[in-house]
Amino acid sequence: MLADKDRIFTNLYGFQDWGLKSAQQRGDWDDTKSLIARGHDHIIEEMKASGLRGRGGAGFPTGLKWSFMPKESKDGRPSFLVINADESEPGSCKDREIIRHDPHKLIEGALVSGYAMRARAAYIYIRGEYIREAETLQVAIDEAYAAGLIGKNASKSGYDFDVFLHRGAGAYICGEETAMIESLEGKKGQPRLKPPFPAGAGLYGCPTTVNNVESIAVVPTILRRGASWFASFGRENNKGTKLFQISGHVNKPCVVEEALSIPFSELIEKHCGGITGGKDNLLAVIPGGSSVPLVPAEQIWDAPMDFDGLKDLGSGLGTAGIIVMDKSTDIVRAISRISYFYKHESCGQCTPCREGTGWMWRMMERLRAGDAAIEEIDMLQQVTKQVEGHTICALGDAAAWPIQGLIRHFRPELERRIEEHNTKFVETAA
Amino acid sequence: MADRNPAPDTPELRERWGAFEFTESYRERADKAIARYPEGRQRSAVMPLLDLAQRQVGEETDTQGWLPLPVIEYVADYLDMPVIRVLEVASFYFMYNMKPVGKYHVQVCGTTPCMLRGSDGLFETCKKRGMSKGHVSEDGLWTLTEVECMGNCATAPMVQINDDNYEDLTPERLDAILDALAKGEQPKTGTQEPGRHTSEPANALSSLEKMAEENHDYRSEW
Repeated sequence: MLADKDRIFTNLYGFQDWGLKSAQQRGDWDDTKSLIARGHDHIIEEMKASGLRGRGGAGFPTGLKWSFMPKESKDGRPSFLVINADESEPGSCKDREIIRHDPHKLIEGALVSGYAMRARAAYIYIRGEYIREAETLQVAIDEAYAAGLIGKNASKSGYDFDVFLHRGAGAYICGEETAMIESLEGKKGQPRLKPPFPAGAGLYGCPTTVNNVESIAVVPTILRRGASWFASFGRENNKGTKLFQISGHVNKPCVVEEALSIPFSELIEKHCGGITGGKDNLLAVIPGGSSVPLVPAEQIWDAPMDFDGLKDLGSGLGTAGIIVMDKSTDIVRAISRISYFYKHESCGQCTPCREGTGWMWRMMERLRAGDAAIEEIDMLQQVTKQVEGHTICALGDAAAWPIQGLIRHFRPELERRIEEHNTKFVETAA
Repeated sequence: MADRNPAPDTPELRERWGAFEFTESYRERADKAIARYPEGRQRSAVMPLLDLAQRQVGEETDTQGWLPLPVIEYVADYLDMPVIRVLEVASFYFMYNMKPVGKYHVQVCGTTPCMLRGSDGLFETCKKRGMSKGHVSEDGLWTLTEVECMGNCATAPMVQINDDNYEDLTPERLDAILDALAKGEQPKTGTQEPGRHTSEPANALSSLEKMAEENHDYRSEW
């Protein structure tokens, strides 16, 4: 188990004050000037060496992402850092804890990361439903300005850097980076076609990098303790510590920071008080937020919780929002409810997603009751393939994968329901 | 896609809201919001301004607030934007109420993580009290909405009522909260699980024990 001294988010549970003074006592904003003095490229190299992969779901190497930003502005356009705090993936609830309990880690991270990528300001896009969290973060930003830590000559580094908060208003799709940029510009959050990529033309047509809250908030600690410290946790290609969020059928659901690659069983036994009803009562797990395919009990139990370990199981780490389902779960309903989520959140721009998410949900509801023909299971599978990969953004994929996972692992259950329904129908008719 | 249409544009609506403008305090907040964006990019402030407008309407009607068409037009004028551009933003984002709501907007999360922890029972509780989805209750107190994941999965099931979250709910706990609100009291927000602080393992802290006692600085152990 990860030692407390190696946890980055020491005030994760908010037992202590989130304000500037208390955060400084815990080590935040400690000589930030010297971190910046290391220089743009040195910071980026250090992040590359740390092995940090983006914590928002896709797992793209953070340092590499920053290196795509222009080193100088040839036409006077400024660069921007946009921080994705639109945490809306069902099962994910980690960025909220950072924002409301350790906001200064995020703000300091914004400055250091923004400096590294030569951005002039950071916009933190927080989901609209995080109302109290946004209030906390705004006060923390104001504190940082008042103390000269951000703004003109931020932390006496000679670098000018602003941090602004932008509240969303209830649209999951704005967590997609180009939809987020559209939304920041005051439009509907509908994703843009890429290219151009944000690093070339993003917010207001300027070079932009979009990073997840957790990816940014860990930066100052990684720089202070060194890339090799961070890289000492987790398996090759899956380095560092990570906030795991365990919900559903465990005795003690929680958010907890652990080393990547921790076995599922250890995470559940050490921090969550075990599966409700015991290990043998586990049915399946959605390991990375609602968009990744579920993994059946027997495959997940000893699996390392990291990007590659879960990819090997046909799923993914995503945001590490782990939804645990025991044998009392109506598994078809659980997935159907996710289908409803994607139907509700489709932005309507691409036809396969706009029409497909509704179709898939309706089909799932029929399968839930068994009111379908056996062949329709294959038809549903085919439709998910028509949606997947045929849309501008990944929401179409995210809607398809949970259903594919269900069919892959629970086809007999789907068939059983259909047969049961048919039998009842025949009996009633007779 | 969510099905969202503006409330009908009637003479009564014009009569009631045609003269809407920000009060001084709201105007101040609106101008502060606009200043967060680069010059010439004031359109970026459309979301905060719609939120402020909805809040002011809420104060004037003693509800959570909503966005009548004349108010949307006022925001468009304030930002020098075509009305349709503001309307499409207002109708795209779920938190802007396109129709009047009650004093308390009871938003029950029904997505899978909350469903697994018993959100069905919360909907039952609301129904027993006369609430139905998308409608204002007869006494004007409640509007029930099923919302999508609110990001409180480790303290599920949960309900957001206006600006506050109530987590780790059971039907009984929700009933107690709604009773308190109906009486004009402010119930405790956040987790309702006795002994639980926020999202730690309830009454079984598995890490960071020192932090529960003092603002511990771990750097000496690095």
